[in-house]
Amino acid sequence: MQYLLLIYGDEQQWAAMSDAEVRETMAAYVRFSQALAASGALRGGSELAPVSTATTVRVRNGRTLATDGPFAETKEQLGGYYLIEVPDLDAAIAWAAQIPSAVHGSIEIRPQTQNQALSQV
Amino acid sequence: MLAGALASLHRRDGGRILATLIRKLGSFDLAEEALQDAYAKALQHWPVDGMPANPPAWISVVAWRCGLDRLKHERRAHPDGAALLASLPGPEDATDEAATNGIGDERLRLIFTCCHPALAPAAQVTLALRSLCGLSTREIARALLEPEATTAQRLVRAKAKIAAAAIPYRVPPADLLAERLAAVLAVIYCVFNEGYVASAGEQLLRPDLCAEALRLGRLLTALMPDEAEAQGLLALMLLHESRREARLDAEGQLVPLEEQVRAQWNPELIAEGTGTLALALTRKSPGPYQIQAAIAALHAAAPCAAATDWLQIAALYGALLRHVPTPIVELNAAVALAMSGSLDAGLAWIARIEAGGTLDTYHLLHAARADLNRRAGQLAAARASYERALEHTDNAAERRYLQRRLEETRTAGAARPAR
Repeated sequence: MQYLLLIYGDEQQWAAMSDAEVRETMAAYVRFSQALAASGALRGGSELAPVSTATTVRVRNGRTLATDGPFAETKEQLGGYYLIEVPDLDAAIAWAAQIPSAVHGSIEIRPQTQNQALSQV
Repeated sequence: MLAGALASLHRRDGGRILATLIRKLGSFDLAEEALQDAYAKALQHWPVDGMPANPPAWISVVAWRCGLDRLKHERRAHPDGAALLASLPGPEDATDEAATNGIGDERLRLIFTCCHPALAPAAQVTLALRSLCGLSTREIARALLEPEATTAQRLVRAKAKIAAAAIPYRVPPADLLAERLAAVLAVIYCVFNEGYVASAGEQLLRPDLCAEALRLGRLLTALMPDEAEAQGLLALMLLHESRREARLDAEGQLVPLEEQVRAQWNPELIAEGTGTLALALTRKSPGPYQIQAAIAALHAAAPCAAATDWLQIAALYGALLRHVPTPIVELNAAVALAMSGSLDAGLAWIARIEAGGTLDTYHLLHAARADLNRRAGQLAAARASYERALEHTDNAAERRYLQRRLEETRTAGAARPAR
């Protein structure tokens, strides 16, 4: 079963961290990613640029509307993600709990459906 | 007649059969449909062929076959069905129960799945009542005091989430057991309470639900012998259960604790409950279930109502309030305070709780105050409170009790108008 682990956190809190704290957090992420890869569960993942760089697209009446910013203003922003493949939700929860940002922000676990329409090439 | 026999078979064995089917078929919905198919086949075959020697075993086997038939049918319709079919254990594995932690009870596995933290608490209770206890959606809706459509929708969502998010069907490994335990205890106690005081309807007691909750409690303490709260809950349920015979009189009327014939209390259950509590307390890890069991044990130890150690009970409710700071616990603490000799202070506390607003339509608040008013000889106030209690309960047996008390205060009031 594949799960997307969505990493939510307060960007302002992130921006306010000292260089030493940032280095420490990044090192923790590297260690986590390596452990995930070594277990064979890692299928993909990335840090995302801040919400200030986000663009939202809608098509209405055949017209493409692109607007600045995310779909919804929230206190916590999507800052990165991992795609993992593990046997069940408990295994996904165990990995999510080890993501360094889980102690400040939150991790949303979303199972993929069996419907592969989105990934057909 | 046959339908009645099947209904009682379902009550007795449905949860166990369903739990096995869910594990083997890997789907709540498929398991429920297969079980329904088997009941339909029983209605069709039993009148012709006669009752099988072992009806629950017949139902298990036929339901398993019906489930396989449905899967084969689905395989033609969906590729998923084929994958599921390929991953199924064969019938020879049907009795393989040693898969998890050495405890092979299907229903225990099922309860940990039902109580998975990824499911909302209301969904946990609903799923447990449905799949572990075999209650119909209508019965659950009545128990939870909500429209049937709400219950049905919650069940559909919860089952869909279990399937879509791959919530595992197993007793969790040792490192997860402790954190999963609280939800499991809460659900077991909820099942017990539903059997102990059915929330609505003619029948006040549902002994089958109490028996099921006790069985699960015993299994849990066997699985987790070091968990004091699991033992505390078992002790609490045993001590409540010991009073079951005495709680209803010959006419099926509710008998309050104070008036119960204590000779009818079951001494074996009291001994087991008290012993279980003593064992729990040696772990030096107190919690709300142990405290409530200790309160129940003090009632059980009193040779008559007048000998009840209310001072100690009031102190225990104080301790419980620190663990569970809810208005209902506060109400019990106030009653215990009143009974320990501080009647006015207890009544004043109840007035403050009512003013808080969350319990002003809770019938037991009004019933408790009415009983204290009655003790204090405040008959007019007692009458008013019994009437308010009656406005807020639909349970027929509780209504009869309140009605009787109301009549008594009227008669007493007429005999002693000066008070």
